[in-house]
Amino acid sequence: MAAIVTGLIFAIVWAAVTGSLSPLNLVLGFLLGLFALWIIRRDFAGTRTVVRPWKLLSLLILFVKELALSAWRVAVLVASPKMDLKPGIFAFPLKVDRDIEITLLANMITLTPGTLSVDVSDDRRFLYVHALDCSDPTAVRRDIADGFERKILEALR
Amino acid sequence: MAVLLALVVAVMLVGGGIFTLLAAVGVVRLPDVYTRMHAASKAGTVGSGLMLIAAGLHAFDFAILARAFAGFVFFILTAPVAAHLVAKAAHHAGYRLSRHATCDEMRDHTKK
Repeated sequence: MAAIVTGLIFAIVWAAVTGSLSPLNLVLGFLLGLFALWIIRRDFAGTRTVVRPWKLLSLLILFVKELALSAWRVAVLVASPKMDLKPGIFAFPLKVDRDIEITLLANMITLTPGTLSVDVSDDRRFLYVHALDCSDPTAVRRDIADGFERKILEALR
Repeated sequence: MAVLLALVVAVMLVGGGIFTLLAAVGVVRLPDVYTRMHAASKAGTVGSGLMLIAAGLHAFDFAILARAFAGFVFFILTAPVAAHLVAKAAHHAGYRLSRHATCDEMRDHTKK
C-alpha cells in the first residue's frame, strides 16, 4: 500500500520533470517509481515511518516562511555597510534520532535565518550548528527545539 | 491579465537577480568560509528559485512551470547539503573561525 502511494508520488514527479501529463507517461513514471523502490527495498525494510499529512504541510509552510525570511536577512546583512557579526559554532542536543529526521532537521536548519549545520557528532547526540549571531546560543537552541524539531517529531511519529 | 502576469514575472526576475547578486557580494565580503556558506546557501537558493519560477510563469505552460518548480525543489534539497559538506570539510581541515567568533563548541567537543 505504502509502495503504491509512493509510486504515485513518483509518477507525478516524473510527469513534472519530463514535462508531459499524458496517461502513458504517468504509467511509465509509476512503473519507474516502483522499480526504483524495488532497487532500494532493503534499505527501508523493517522501518515504519508514520506520516501525518497535515502536520507535514504545516512543517512545509513554516519552512517556506523561514526560507524567505533567512534570504532576506542575509541579503540585508550583506548589503549593510558595517556587518555586525558574532559568528560561532554551538552544539545542539538532538532529540530526533533516525536518519531521515536528522537529515531533515539539518537541511532545514541550514536554510533558516542565521544558522548552518556543520556536522553531526559520531554518537549522533549533537548537531553542530554555525550561527551568524552566536551571542546567545541558548535562545537559538530553544528556537530550533520548539520550532523545527518539535514539528518534525509531530509530522513523522 | 497578461500585463499582470508580466508584472509579476518582472518583479520576481529582478528580485531573484538582486538576491543572487547579494549572495555573490556576501561570498566576497563575509570574513570566513562558514559565514560565506550562509550567503551562498540561502540568498543563492531563493534568488535562483525566484528566477526559475518566473521563467516557468512566463512560459505559461504547465510542462515548463512544473519543470521549473522541480528545479527549485532540487535546489532546496541539494544547496544545504553542499554548504554543509563545505563547512564540515573546512572544519576537519582545521580552518579556524574568523576573529569575530564568540564560541566553537565543535572544537571543544572533538578535543575531549
